[in-house]
Amino acid sequence: MLIEREQDVVPFRNRVKEYAVKIGMSLVNQTKLITAASELVRNMLKYANGGIVLIEVLTQGRDSGIRLVFTDKGPGIKDISLAMQDGYSSGKSLGIGLPGTKRLVNEFEIKSIVGEGTTVSIIKWKNG
Amino acid sequence: MDRIPILRMGNLLLVTIQIDLYDRLATNLETDLVQMVNKTEAKGVLIDISALSIVDSFMGRILGNIGSMSKIMDAETVVVGMQPAVAITLIELGLELKGVHTALNVEKGMELLKGKISNYEDDLTEDDEDSTE
Repeated sequence: MLIEREQDVVPFRNRVKEYAVKIGMSLVNQTKLITAASELVRNMLKYANGGIVLIEVLTQGRDSGIRLVFTDKGPGIKDISLAMQDGYSSGKSLGIGLPGTKRLVNEFEIKSIVGEGTTVSIIKWKNG
Repeated sequence: MDRIPILRMGNLLLVTIQIDLYDRLATNLETDLVQMVNKTEAKGVLIDISALSIVDSFMGRILGNIGSMSKIMDAETVVVGMQPAVAITLIELGLELKGVHTALNVEKGMELLKGKISNYEDDLTEDDEDSTE
């Protein structure tokens, strides 16, 4: 799903919710996943003027989950460990975006190359 | 342009957020509210977020901003009706909603606001009596 403007955020969140409901995710986990997705999509808009999000449904044994992959061609993150610290922000936000998001999901992976862009991949299991 | 309606009830302002806000709408609400507080000399602001299925750090910041802005405009802010799942998520995210009072529902929120405002007014009238004696 292509994200270019802030108006895309709400439809994107609704789309994620549809998938979460489809696999029978609990309301609390749905809310966590959607909030995490919302944080990441906002980062993408703010620092990279948008990007692409891939929504996938995963199955692993009896558990199922949702993977979201956020890819942008923005400036990249110089120091990922610094960006993952609570309270750090290069912009004027609260600086809880990335570390907070990590706490909300089961798996969180971030790769970034300065000058080329950033890819963030998160997984939330149905019963995780 | 869409706007969130702000209702006036005596010296209180009521806002019911019925849809998931996109950013522009939320920042508009912030400025509209502060202007309304100024124009109507409201003493309290009640924001009902029971229809919001998610509150992310942006929305959290807007609510916090409304709280602090109203505070320096001499009005109290109460956020009511937060869904349990939203509360869990907010705390895990690390957002504490500082500067705003919360209540379980609109009714309790109104009581809280009225209590705060009447305490404040009692203090004022007592001071007045003291000075006339």
